[in-house]
Formats: sequence, C-alpha cells, structure tokens
Amino acid sequence: MKKTLLATACLALGTLSSAAWADLVVAIAGPMTGQYASAGDQIRKGAEMAVADINARGGVLGQKLKLEVGDDACDPKQAVSVANTMVNKGIVFMHGHWCSSSTIPASDVYAEADIPMATVSTNPQVTERGLKNIFRIMGRDDQQGSVAGNYIAEHFKGKKVAVVDDKSAYGKGLADEIAKAMTAKGAKPVLRESITAGEKDYSGIVTKLKQAGVEVMAYGGYHTEVALILRQAQQAGLKLTVMGGDTMTNSELVTAAGPAADNVMFTFSPDPRKNPDAAPVVEKFRAAKVEPEGYVLYAYAAMQLFDQAATQAKSAKYKDLEKTLRGGNFKTVIGTLSFDAKGDQKAPGFVVYRWQGGKYDYAK
Amino acid sequence: MAYALQQLINGLTLGAMYGLIAIGYTMVYGIIGMINFAHGDIFMVSAFIAVTAFTLLAAADVTSVPLALTFVLIVSIFFTSAYGWAVERTAYRPLRGSTRLAPLISAIGMSILLQNTVQLTQGARVKPIPPVIQGGIELWSTPDFTVQIGWSQVLIIVTTVVLMTAFTWMITQTPFGRQQRACEQDRTMAALLGVNVDRTISLTFMLGAALAAVAGVMVTVYYGVVDFFIGFLAGIKAFTAAVLGGIGSLPGAMLGGLLIGLIESFWAAYLSAEYKDVATFGILCLVLMLRPSGLLGRPEVEKV
Repeated sequence: MKKTLLATACLALGTLSSAAWADLVVAIAGPMTGQYASAGDQIRKGAEMAVADINARGGVLGQKLKLEVGDDACDPKQAVSVANTMVNKGIVFMHGHWCSSSTIPASDVYAEADIPMATVSTNPQVTERGLKNIFRIMGRDDQQGSVAGNYIAEHFKGKKVAVVDDKSAYGKGLADEIAKAMTAKGAKPVLRESITAGEKDYSGIVTKLKQAGVEVMAYGGYHTEVALILRQAQQAGLKLTVMGGDTMTNSELVTAAGPAADNVMFTFSPDPRKNPDAAPVVEKFRAAKVEPEGYVLYAYAAMQLFDQAATQAKSAKYKDLEKTLRGGNFKTVIGTLSFDAKGDQKAPGFVVYRWQGGKYDYAK
Repeated sequence: MAYALQQLINGLTLGAMYGLIAIGYTMVYGIIGMINFAHGDIFMVSAFIAVTAFTLLAAADVTSVPLALTFVLIVSIFFTSAYGWAVERTAYRPLRGSTRLAPLISAIGMSILLQNTVQLTQGARVKPIPPVIQGGIELWSTPDFTVQIGWSQVLIIVTTVVLMTAFTWMITQTPFGRQQRACEQDRTMAALLGVNVDRTISLTFMLGAALAAVAGVMVTVYYGVVDFFIGFLAGIKAFTAAVLGGIGSLPGAMLGGLLIGLIESFWAAYLSAEYKDVATFGILCLVLMLRPSGLLGRPEVEKV
C-alpha cells in the first residue's frame, strides 16, 4: 500500500515537474489552406471529435488533451517551419503530415525533438529512412501501386492504358509502382506522362490521350486534377476510366467532375466506415453533419492510438510511448493497429473501389 | 495533322485567357511602373462572383444561355471592377511616391488577403457549376481522330478578339486613352496639363479588373470549377505572358498570352507534358536575354 502511494506520488511529481498541470498538447498538421485544404479539413474534423471524446472521458493520464493545428499547405518548406513551431509548443504527439513531400522533411524535425508521429502519407520513403518516431497508419504506395497495377492488368485486358502522374513525391511514386506492376503482368502502358498540378487546362494531355486511343488512365496524384481531366475528356469526346490512389476518396471529386466521376476507380484501405466497431463513432460524426469519409476516421484513430499508447505506457514520454507503440496492439476505429520495426502498419491491405452515384464502394 | 489542329485550338483558347489576364498586368505596369501581384487574385474573385451569379440564375429558373451569360458578365465586371478600384485605393495609392518596393510588398499582401478571405468565406472546397455551354462543331474527321471545337472555345476566342479590338481603339483614339498615355509618359507633366492622374490610374485598375472578370467568367464556363487557388498559377502565367510580349505593351500582352498558350499545348503534344513549364520559362529567358524589353516592348530610355 505504502509502495503504491509512494509510486503515485513520484509519478505525480514527475508529471508536475515536466508539465506543471498543463494539458497534454497533441497536434495535427496538414494542408489546412492551399489547394488540398479539403483533406486538411477532414483531418481536423476527425481529430477535433476524437480529442473532445477523449476529454469527455477524463483525458489521458488524468490530463486533458489540447489540440494544436498546423498548416503546411503541402509545401515542404512550410512543413518544416510548422514542425519547428509545434516542437516549441511542447507537443507530445503528432498526427501528420498529409502530403508525403511534407511528411518526409518534417519528420526529421520531430525525430530530433523526440516526438512520436502517426501519419497517413503513403510514400515508401516515409518509413524507409530509419527514423524511430514514425508510425504509418495507412498502407504504402508500393503495396497500393501493385494492387492497382494488377487490377488493371486483369480487368482491362487488351485495352490501351496510360500512366500519368503529377510530379509530386506521392503521385510519381504511386504511378511508378502501378506501371511496374502492370509491366510485370505483361500489360505495358502505351503512354507515360506527367502533368503540372494546380493548373486548370489539361486539354493538351487529354488530346494526347485521345490520339493514342487510351481508354484507361492510371493516375498518381490528387483528386482536383482528375476532376478537371475527366471534365475536359468529356468535352473532347473521350471516354476515360481512371484508376487512382487513396486521395480519390475525397467527395470533392464528385462535385467537381459531376457524373463523370463514376469512371473513377481507386485503391484505399478497406473502408473503416464498414468496420462494425466504428459504428457508434460514425453515427456521431453523421449526427454532427460530418461524413466520416477519407481521412476523418484516420485522424480519429491517430488520437485513439495516442490515448491507448499513453495509457498502456502510463507515460507520455517519448521513450515509453515509442516502445509501447512498437510492441502493442491498439483497437481503433480503423481496426486493430500494430507496427513493424520500420513503423509500417502490419496488416494494411488495399482494396479497389469505384465511385458510383456520389458514393464509393468496393469495385466488382 | 488533325491532331496538330486540335492542339492549335486548345492552345489558342488557353492563350486567349492568359492574354486577357496579362493585359491587366501590362496596363498597370505601363501607367505606374508597378507589378500588381494581386491581379491574379482579382481574377479568382471574379470567377467566384460568376459562380455566385450562375447559382442565383439557376435558382431564378433562367434557362436562356445568352441571357444568363450577359447577366453574369455584367454582374462580374461590375463587382470585380469595384474590387480593382478598392485594391488600388487602399493598398497602392497611399504608397504612391514612396520607394518602388513598398507598393510591390503591399500588392503581395493584398494577394494573400484576397486569397485567404475567399478561402474563409467560401470554403476551401472547389465550387462547381453544371456545364453551361455544351456541344461544339466537328471540324474535321479522319479515321483515327476527330477535331472538335466546343462552343465555349469559340466564345472565348471571339470575345477576346472583340475586346482586344475595342481596347486598342480606346487607347489610341479616345480622350481617356490619351490621358492614360500621358500619365504613362510623365505623370507630373500630365497633371500640370490638367489630367486627373489619380482618376486615370483608378480607371486603369478598374479596366484591368474588368478584363480579368471576363477571363474569370470564361474560365468558369469553360472548366466548370473554381477554387480560391486558381489565381496563383493563372497570375504567374499571365505575368510571364506580359513580360514575354513586352510589359507595358497592350498587343504585346496578347501576343505573349497566345505564345505561351501555344508553346504549352504543342510542347505537351509532341514532347512531354512534364516539361512544358520548363519550355515556357526557358523561352522567356531566351527572349529576355536577346530582347530585354520583351517582344513588342520599347526599351526604356534613361532620361538625363
């Protein structure tokens, strides 16, 4: 009895000295402004709900969570300065960044400051650089690309396929993997192209696809450009099926592309909304008029991950968190998470989806 | 051949839009010697006004396309000119007469302000409108390729030609054009001769904004989606067009716009879409090395 009392006292003193009754500060970072701001919005909504829920249950280790939001606008330079700001704010956990090209430079800053991070960035390089503080709660582009490439080779046999990317770390990585997987199955792409993201006019590339008689375009990049390409393809009288990556989960694609969005297929982790354990949380989001699509539940899960790891470790210190995260199993709204030595999720798995009438579901 | 023709049409449409925006840069530079970095964002604001106007019309059940277009154009030109006037009045006029850098910084600030205001009030998501003008003409059909020109592309090219003619006439023939040219040559002398310099500069900003508004409406009609970020790239491209053609020169801006549009689409067509910006800016560098004042610009004469 005396021993436990003493231990509690020590623990209390320990936390006192480090944080002096302050809240535990956790952070998210991503494109809150800029052309991919709608993804940042999903992350923020998911994380805000999770922090509110955790605080309603009494917080973590008896302390309330406070959420900081960093905006990197998917700009690698801004990502580094956001990371430095967050380190100065004394965060104990980071969910972010979103664009692989931001996550990679920012993660070096967090690693130096001993801050654990959970990210949804899919570029293999995110976890391939030997950093110990990164945990990826999403699959990798090499897995994603091979699923997409194999699907194309099997389901679009004999059709002309073009592989296009937007020159970003994520887009090019994914497109390369898709092309590799296709070629391995004997379905060599007829065209390999890159476009500039952020433009409005893609009639040049659309005309080129039309000239080459392309029916299927595998695309590495973000949804905004796909919507424009589809609309312009329609105008040019070109019927195009698109195979993209996880970024195509954004319903903005449907608002922007209209009915043409029904031609978009993409790879994404099995839909967390279909996870029966997530049902109450999904209900709660819908009651708050937020559709928990795309990255919303991932952000929620990242906060749950921190909550459970800190509770299991009985500490929010880096060493303890890192050890617990690497060894443990965590039950979150996106399923049970566990990580390998690199920090990749052990059972990621990608499924092919298709947009249909404004909703996406597994492709037949 | 059919393929090249199609790319030519694409390039002309794109170039016409760059040109319309470029005129705004070039006119302002001509008259006060400053790059209005907020111009791209004025263009973006006009596109948002157009979307709002289209949505209002849809709610009022207006189905006639020419009527709707005219209404949207008038509304967008009116409000965008007001923006152009307000930007000049608040951000540039107080700084006239200070160092050359001050209004430049102020312009960048204005650009950030406009972008973020629109993001906060309209949201970060893209705003789509349903296709307004559909269909087109099949110009030429070969067994493996059909050349198409959409009605919206025809509209863009025709509008640009009409506006360019009207503007050239205005600058060279009307009293206002004369006042503009006077302010461009020597502001003090113009003021001494009874030209209202402030008013002329304000009007120039409003005209630039009005042209950006036309481009904004065209972009909305042609691409069908706008977001708060479209001003950035369009602004850079149009600025490049203005510099390429010779900043300060009206036909130069148009020529620059068309050149950039054509370079982009032909480079993407025959080489790779990946390096089309490299091509655009590479040619800009070359032109500036050989003709520092641009294709149609007059070299600045140092006054002694």
